[in-house]
Amino acid sequence: MNKRQINNILIWFSAIILIILIMTPGLWVVLTAFRPQVDVMAKPAVWIPRNLNLIQFETMLFGGSEGSMGRSPIPVLSYLRNSLIISFTSTFIAVLVGTIGGYGFARHNFKHKNKYFLLIMLTRTIPGISLSLPIFIIFSKIGLIDTHIGIILVFVALNIPFTIWLTDGFFRQIPRAMSEVAMTDGCTKLQAFWHIELPLSRSGIASAGIFAFLISWNEYALVSNLARSTDSKTLTVGLMDFTAQFTINWPGMCALAVFIIIPALILTFMVQKHLVTGLTFGGVKG
Amino acid sequence: MAKVSLQGVSKFYGKVQAVKKIDLEIIDKEFLVLVGPSGCGKSSSLRMIAGLEEIDEGIIKIGDKEMNNLEPRERNVSMVFQNYALYPHMTVEENLGFSLKIAGLGKKEIEERVHEAAGILDITEFLQRKPSQLSGGQRQRVAMGRAIVRRPDVFLFDEPLSNLDAKLRNQMRTEIKRLHQKVSTTIVYVTHDQVEAMTLADRIVIMKDGIIEQTGTPLDLFERPATKFVATFIGSPSMNMIKATVVNQNNQLSMKTNDGIIVPVPKDKQNSVNEYQKISFGFRAEDIVPLQFGQKPSNAWEMQSSVNIAEPLGTETLIFTNFGEIEIVSRMFTPEQVKSNDVLDFALNLDRTYLFDENSGLAI
Repeated sequence: MNKRQINNILIWFSAIILIILIMTPGLWVVLTAFRPQVDVMAKPAVWIPRNLNLIQFETMLFGGSEGSMGRSPIPVLSYLRNSLIISFTSTFIAVLVGTIGGYGFARHNFKHKNKYFLLIMLTRTIPGISLSLPIFIIFSKIGLIDTHIGIILVFVALNIPFTIWLTDGFFRQIPRAMSEVAMTDGCTKLQAFWHIELPLSRSGIASAGIFAFLISWNEYALVSNLARSTDSKTLTVGLMDFTAQFTINWPGMCALAVFIIIPALILTFMVQKHLVTGLTFGGVKG
Repeated sequence: MAKVSLQGVSKFYGKVQAVKKIDLEIIDKEFLVLVGPSGCGKSSSLRMIAGLEEIDEGIIKIGDKEMNNLEPRERNVSMVFQNYALYPHMTVEENLGFSLKIAGLGKKEIEERVHEAAGILDITEFLQRKPSQLSGGQRQRVAMGRAIVRRPDVFLFDEPLSNLDAKLRNQMRTEIKRLHQKVSTTIVYVTHDQVEAMTLADRIVIMKDGIIEQTGTPLDLFERPATKFVATFIGSPSMNMIKATVVNQNNQLSMKTNDGIIVPVPKDKQNSVNEYQKISFGFRAEDIVPLQFGQKPSNAWEMQSSVNIAEPLGTETLIFTNFGEIEIVSRMFTPEQVKSNDVLDFALNLDRTYLFDENSGLAI
């Protein structure tokens, strides 16, 4: 065996270890969702599942039946509706505003441009959870607690800086001559943007969109403070419905977690191609 | 079809004045080349005509209409860029037809005009391809096709050939000239390459540091450079240029170089220079020839010097030799073998020397 082969084996070995480390918790969540509570709580742990069932999903959607823990259904459809409304709306607005912002930073020169850019990026250095109290106080004064609009606003604010950063990089990659040609070709500035620059930065915008969506979809800490009822509680916050005073229904919680993962997974696969080119292409700012 | 006129046009970038109050009249159907070293303001001038840069001072007219406050799309000009700037997400056909689509023309007319332009430029077979599937020369042709399909009043070319390799550049140069003959539209063409300027232009405008040094036909500029800069810029190899002081020797004004070499001032210039005046005198490579291999001019000044390097190019040979301490180049059109360190007698044709005032740079 020569040195290169040893190297290869080492690389593969570390890669496999790494993948196991990353995948195991996720796999455990999925497994737990299909196992009876007894198995989940067993000590010593039952590593290889003995029987799998769909009881948790049935209970979650239709209420308790025999063999389940006799719980009432949790309003998973309301949560799903809230999650969808909040994630899609906030993503749409964040991408729209962020793209315009990114275009502005990439294409226009104005005073203190770099300082503004830095300032916008700095807003993301504040840990989200530390914002929860001030946001809660402000929202309670203006009546935005437990509303879609309130939560959407928070996500829009969180996602715009990242979108600006990513799309700015993309617009910079498009030669300025491209829009200049379009303008001598008879376009207004807006038409040049719409027909030429926007399609060319599609993958960047798609990447920004998927990131914004995943952040909104998966966020827990802020929403758990701002959402009080089924009017605005999202799926992630709904996970807490499985905790009672003294018990936690782990299989039920995991079932909902699986339910949360699926749409995100589908969406990620759908834009995966863009995501890869997006990260390798737009990520480097010129 | 239109003339273009620039009246006292200036461009500032911050505090730097890139274009300094230039006046220029471009005649209808003329092929005008703006040439100069980088940073001379030629591109800025072109972009102001296109409407891509604000005009900070002065007036630009196309036809009789003032353009200052019009958007690029309202000026009916077409621009061809150095990096082609083809729309990568569109096929060649869509690239060509884009401006017509924006203008709201019908499908059928767009198709007709696209095919007409494609025919002129010989790109019909690529119409369904994307720009990424084309070679550099083909892309350049598409870029030109996109410009002509609109039937603009003026074509603007911004260094369109500098991304191509030497062979292709020569080929496309000829095509651009042919295109101008076919469509006979006013062309303003920017380049830093004086060969391109000489071969393409009806008239050349030489710019330096934001001002126009000289305007004229290629031969005008070659034969009668108005400034020292123009003299050295036009022509290849560059004109030999030697600094000297005018001295009086035996009641005849002569030029004494810094190395002490004395060359008589040509007879027709005797009254145009003064004693002690600081000047430069220039002569082209073909006007200093080795006597052994050439004909001695009627009004010659001779010197002996050894060859530093000889570059045989087939029809001609460039000989690098020393004039005092300064290296000059001589061009001979006989296929004789010349080697380094050969000592040759050179004859300088005094009737074809150019004198420039050292302070103003103007021709004497």
